[in-house]
Order: sequence, then C-alpha cells, then structure tokens
Amino acid sequence: MNRFLILGTALAALITGPAFAQEPNKLLNASYDIARELFAAENEAFIKVHPGVTIDQSHAGTSKQARAIVEGLEADVVTFNQVTDIDFLVKQGFVSKDWQKDFPNSASPFYSFPSFLVRAGNPKNIKDWNDLVRDDVKVVFPNPKTSGNARYTYLAATAYAREAFGGDEEKVEAFVKKIFDNVPVFDTGGRAATTTFVERQIGDVLITFEAETRGIAKQYGADKVESVIPSVSLLAEFPVAVVDKVAKKHGTETLAKTYLDFLYSEEGQRVAAQFGHRVHDEKVKAEFSKEFPEIRLVKVDDVFGGWDKVQKEHFASGAALDKLYGSR
Amino acid sequence: MKRNVLPGLRLSLGVTLFYVGLIVLLPLAALAVKAASLGPSEYWAIVSSPRSVASYKVTVLAALGATIFNLLFGLALAWVLTRYRFPGRRLVDAMVDLPFALPTAVAGISLTALFSANGWFGSVLAHLGITVAYTPLGIMIAMCFTSLPFIVRTVQPVLEDLDPALEEAAQSLGGSDWTIFRKVILPLLTPALLAGTSLSFARSLGEFGAIIFIAGNQPMSTEITALLIFIRLEEYDYQAAAAIASVLLITAFVMLAITNWMQARALRYTVKG
Repeated sequence: MNRFLILGTALAALITGPAFAQEPNKLLNASYDIARELFAAENEAFIKVHPGVTIDQSHAGTSKQARAIVEGLEADVVTFNQVTDIDFLVKQGFVSKDWQKDFPNSASPFYSFPSFLVRAGNPKNIKDWNDLVRDDVKVVFPNPKTSGNARYTYLAATAYAREAFGGDEEKVEAFVKKIFDNVPVFDTGGRAATTTFVERQIGDVLITFEAETRGIAKQYGADKVESVIPSVSLLAEFPVAVVDKVAKKHGTETLAKTYLDFLYSEEGQRVAAQFGHRVHDEKVKAEFSKEFPEIRLVKVDDVFGGWDKVQKEHFASGAALDKLYGSR
Repeated sequence: MKRNVLPGLRLSLGVTLFYVGLIVLLPLAALAVKAASLGPSEYWAIVSSPRSVASYKVTVLAALGATIFNLLFGLALAWVLTRYRFPGRRLVDAMVDLPFALPTAVAGISLTALFSANGWFGSVLAHLGITVAYTPLGIMIAMCFTSLPFIVRTVQPVLEDLDPALEEAAQSLGGSDWTIFRKVILPLLTPALLAGTSLSFARSLGEFGAIIFIAGNQPMSTEITALLIFIRLEEYDYQAAAAIASVLLITAFVMLAITNWMQARALRYTVKG
C-alpha cells in the first residue's frame, strides 16, 4: 500500500511538477503522525497573517516521511520529531548541511519529553521511571523500531538508569530490559499505543510525549486518566527544515522560510502551547506557566554524545535495542 | 507463411507480455536487484538471523493454521451456499467477499476490538483462560479473516457445475453418502481446493494491515515477517528489507509452483479416473 502511495505521489508530482513551479505560494509540509491537529491549527494561524497562501499537510511516521521525500514526495518543508531523520535528508542531498543553524534553538521551535499517563487515581502509584520495572506494572509504549516517540522513551529510560546506577552499564541494561519485558503490546505508532491503553484498557501506564498525554487527558477526562511527570526525562526536539532541493525547484524558498519562522513567532508558539508543546517564547511561556510544571530535562548530546552515536550504538540493526529483544 | 487461428495473436501476446512485465516482473526485479546488492554471506546473515527466523516461524505457523481452518470452514461454507436454499443465502454469499473489499486495517481494528480483553469475544474467552489479541492466535484469526474468500470462491463454481447425474449414478450403485463424497465429489474438487488453499496461504504470508493491530508485535514471539520488513525500512536499511522480502517472495513462488504441479497431477488423475 505504501509503495503505491509513494509511486502515486511520485507520478502525481511528475505530472503536476511544472504547475507547482509557477505556484510559489503553495507549500507542502511533511510532518510526523501525531502532529496532524497541531499543524492544522498552525497553518490556519499562518494563513490569517499571510492570506492567499496554501499549506498542504502530509503526516506519517517521520522516518517514513524522510524516505518518501527521497523517493519523490515533493515537500517544501519538514517538521519532524527526530534529528536523525533530517540528517538522513542531508545525506541524500535534500537539506543543507548546517540546517540546525538556519533557525533558533537548533531549528527546534518547540519541545516535549517522554511523560507518563496513568489510570485515574493512579492505583498502582506510579511516580517515576523506577516504578516501571516493578513486577505488577504493565507498561505501554509503541515499538521503538517504528516510532520516534518510543525511541525517546527508550533513551529517557536509559538516561534515568545511567544516573541512578552511576554508569554501571550492566545494571542500566538490566533496568531497561525489565521495562521492555513489562510491555505487553508494541504498537507501531504513538496513536495506536494510545488506543491500546485508553480504549482496550491494557497496561497501567502509557509513556508518550507530554504533549500527547495532555491531549489524551483533556479528551478522555480526569475520571479516566491522569498525567504523571517523572523526576527527569529526555528533551525531545521537534526539528524543522526547508527541503532546499524541492523548494528551489518550486521557487518557494522564501515562503518556506517565512512559514518556519512563523512557528517561532508569538502566535505560532501560542498554538504549539495550546497543543501541549513546551515553547521558548517568554511571553507565551508565562501565559501557560501553570499548565507546564517544572521538570529536569537532559539532552541527547550530553548523555549519549549526539544522535550519530545514538543511532550507531542503540538503534542500528544488531545494536543495543535489538539485544534487548533478542534476549527475551 | 503460417497463419495463426486467432487473428492478432502476436499483438495480443505482445501486449500481454508487456503488461505482465511492467506490472508484475519489473517491481519484483527491482526487489531482487536491491537484495542482490548484498553479498551472499551478508544476505544469509540477514535472512537467517534469530529474529528473522522467529518471524518466519510465527508467520508460517499462523498461516498454516489459518489455511487449514479456512480449508474446512470454507469448503463447508461453499457447500452450504451451493447445495441449500435458505433465507438470506444471497446475503451470506455477498458477505463472503467482504474481506476482499475491506481495507485490511479495518479488519484488524475491528478484530482487535472484538478479541481484546474488554471486547465482546475477548471478555468471554478471558474467563476460559484464552487470550487471543496480542498472541499468535490473534495473528491466525486475522489471517483467517482476510484469506477466507479465496477458498470459498474457488470451490463454489466447481460445486455448482457438478453434474448431479454423477452422484445419482453413485447412489444407484449403492454408495453411501460418505463414499460418494470421498470417491466422487472430493476428487473433482481437489484442483479447486488446491488452488484456493495455495492462494489463501500465500495471502496469509503477506498479510500486514490486519495483523499489526491484533498481534502484540513483540520481537521473537508475535512479530510477523511483513512487520520486520517494515522495521528494516524504518531503519533506512533497504537492502535488509529487500532480503527478507525476497524470502517471502520465494516462499510464495515455491508454494504456487508446488500447488500448480499438484493440481496438474490431480487433473490428470480425474481425467483418467
């Protein structure tokens, strides 16, 4: 099905390609799965300020989106949830090498972190990462192999364990493995994991971005679920970039930049905050200060030595993550 | 110059080969080329890794179970639909095609809702100590659902065309019902059953959408091969994905070759018999 989609998009792009070139007021934003509602709202706000502009959205897992772009999806900008997926586009020559310098905060307009969602009243009294290894706790998060969201969860648990065990790698490994052993179902994406937890009533705690836990809590109500913020978590950045190769072809370079800049504007930040993302704009931050409790966040660069290293040591085929599964 | 009986044979043959090449062979060739860019030892390491082997096991065993179930149940369904007249028969007949028409993801979601511990079936089965959702059993049920029409739809026309005179003759010779079924009807049905079975099995091997919802997707236990291919792609590992995909492709191909051969034998037997 996916093949068809890519083939179809490629074909459509081939046919409409020249038409696009004469339409520099139209953008395609390729984004990750659970950002659908967020960008629908952002686009609406953007068009209010820049009338006559059309922003099309495309949503799927970020790695899938990156692959689709290389295979012919003509996205002018990408708004992903993982740095590695933009790095892949850099390697393929679609995005300029120093994209992280093009926009503030390493090209990440807002941020979030893996957080917990538990059943109403928190019956299992789950407060922090070390509660997840208990025998009586079932943990739900998607498959880190198919979900960027879950990769952050894996890294956050590892980061917590490294602090807790003072770098005793064996203990860290056993800790993370125990959490994985407590997972009854690996869904392929964040939203599917939400369904498993909320609708199918499986598991005692769901781990996903804070932005998502807040959304779920709002949607399902406090009598069903409540969100719990752990003592420490991992900073999850949502990097954005102009896909230079496509934008150049479409003549949309300026518009693409304006669009991404808008995400940093007060209005853009407010929309992001409304959708549960933490933002950098001081004024918006103050507005929402009550909704976002303080948390200590660690960075991938500090704990793991950067995304390249993470990719090689943890996520590559046969690396640390595969060993966790392999031993069960 | 020798003339063909059919006019325009050469043209139609050309068009046929062109389309088969373009639509079937070309994508498969692309897959083979991707897989071939690996060395033989790398290829072997990927397709024989414990995780891959575990996924083949789950997929093949579940597909076998689903196919056997469909063989029995599909035959019974085809039998009832052709031999009996009852109210709502046409509706049931139309429903058989539903799994064909339905996006398999829809099937996956509804089956999961039914069989999960708080679903209609799941809550009853849970009392009996049987869990279906997120176990290999769930995978099997999803496969059963998506591949059922293959057997019904291949057997049904043969049953419909079966000459009643054959059965009457057997009856007049004193054959019991069971003997008639075994010696007269079953041999005639065998080629169709084989074709349906192999299609159903091949479809089960490749099913993805319906299964990923109901399988727990746990590596080494409930991870199907199609999901493993998807995972390798997510890692930007095209070659490994292609290598594992080629295993499915070869399996499906061998399956079809074997059943074709068996069908040919069965046909010869019926013609002679």
